[in-house]
Amino acid sequence: MNTFTVVSPGPFTTVQDAGRVGYHDIGLTEGGPMDFRSFAIANRLVGNDENASALEITFGGLTLKAKKPATIAIAGAFVPLMINGKPRSIWQTQQLAAGDEVKLGFSGLGVRSYLAVSGGFNSPQWFNSSATVMRESLGEPLKKGDELEAGSTAQVRNKLNYLDQPSLRKSIQLRFVAGYQWASVAKEQQQRFLNCEYQISARNDRMGYQLEGDKIDSGIEKIYSEGISKGTIQLPGNGQPIVLMNDRQTIGGYPKLGAVISPDLDKLAQLAAGSSVRFVPISPEQAVEEYRKYRQGIESISFI
Amino acid sequence: MRIEVASERSVILYHNETVGEKTTAQLKAIGNAVRAELGEKLLDLVPSYQSLLVIFNPLLTTHTDVSDCLIKHIEQLPPTTPRAQSELVRLPVFYDLEVGYDLERIASHHNSSIEQVIQQHCMNIYQVYAIGFAPGFAYLGEVPEQIAMPRLESPRPKVEKGSVGIADRQTAIYPATSPGGWNIIGRCPSELFNPEKDPVMPFKVGDSVQFLPITKEEFLTLGGTL
Repeated sequence: MNTFTVVSPGPFTTVQDAGRVGYHDIGLTEGGPMDFRSFAIANRLVGNDENASALEITFGGLTLKAKKPATIAIAGAFVPLMINGKPRSIWQTQQLAAGDEVKLGFSGLGVRSYLAVSGGFNSPQWFNSSATVMRESLGEPLKKGDELEAGSTAQVRNKLNYLDQPSLRKSIQLRFVAGYQWASVAKEQQQRFLNCEYQISARNDRMGYQLEGDKIDSGIEKIYSEGISKGTIQLPGNGQPIVLMNDRQTIGGYPKLGAVISPDLDKLAQLAAGSSVRFVPISPEQAVEEYRKYRQGIESISFI
Repeated sequence: MRIEVASERSVILYHNETVGEKTTAQLKAIGNAVRAELGEKLLDLVPSYQSLLVIFNPLLTTHTDVSDCLIKHIEQLPPTTPRAQSELVRLPVFYDLEVGYDLERIASHHNSSIEQVIQQHCMNIYQVYAIGFAPGFAYLGEVPEQIAMPRLESPRPKVEKGSVGIADRQTAIYPATSPGGWNIIGRCPSELFNPEKDPVMPFKVGDSVQFLPITKEEFLTLGGTL
């Protein structure tokens, strides 16, 4: 028997696992959670492997009905959580009995929340991953009436220390590794890019975050389409940078300035229009070190 | 050749020669060697016209080590280009005004006839330079100058699955219905991307593609839809 029925899917809720790796050569993008750290913590709270399939809930609004007992946890954006009409906390496990209703309000702070269930969601896989990528017709957003099945229903009790929760500030620094065509861009244009506080435009989604601020003239006439890594800062003809996210196109022909590092992409994924970012360059060596610290930090979290 | 950092987990190799068969074959040879040597340290490779993006696992290796690995395999390239294992993929295309919305525009742009446009498109064997944009979308090149055509000023909201298009000197087939700004000249009835099949698509970077004109009747028999 299935574990949950979707009563209301909210504006945009998808199944994600850690992402689809190794298929760029046939044009498939990565997918996966936009805020990996929150996703991984939600999974760890319920005793899962940190890559298990979970729900990515954009702006909240999800209501599920449990059909059998389950242990769940919600992490990420701040969303009011109600179980059978009673307020409950996120960032900790919640035990559900058959018939319980789980209702998420609309996110007050941050954009994306993750709902993990003990045992993970048994979701269909394509190319070794359950990551939903709408643009590629791999999976689709949850709909009212969908049935979701969880793996085991082990009982675990965990709570995240409040200091380990992300701050969800609306004005952040994005550390990036300068690269691709960066060295060909005039010094004064590089400086202009680093000095500007960019606003997040309404055009932000799982593919990319379009920013608004000082226009950057790359001075580059034409490049051949080339591979795009996660977090790549692309400069289209209008000179306004776009940070390319999980569902980005795999190749593209606009000039690129480098790429934002993973820990900071998690923070960007929690911002919507009206928030702002500044770019801070770091060396490739620092970036690798930061990445190792970041993954180690997630792995070593101990719950209370 | 030149190596640049691309992101926290990738470096990009730029070939210093012009786009063409030799460049593609060399990038492919380097990619294969790097894949074999890096093993699980490698996450993905994205070969394109003139570049090779190497995405690695930063928990297991670094930019310097991956760059050194690339340099080693560039130096070990044989003086004559290895003949890449290249397959010739032959694809049927129904060229007609019914499905080729831009045939007439291309013909008048070049002061030629629709028949000549079709003939020019079929006369060449094209190379797969890159795969991307959408699953199974292969960038093929290059079409003769006589049929080259800039992208539409505003993309069509819907281009039917199988549509064969031209953008500048590139040509491609849309594997699925999607928005698109290429000039459409015909339609191919073959399936070009199917996640259920192995292989999921008929070509890979470095392969060659030839287009064979078919009639409406053949197009329908082969499973094409109008």
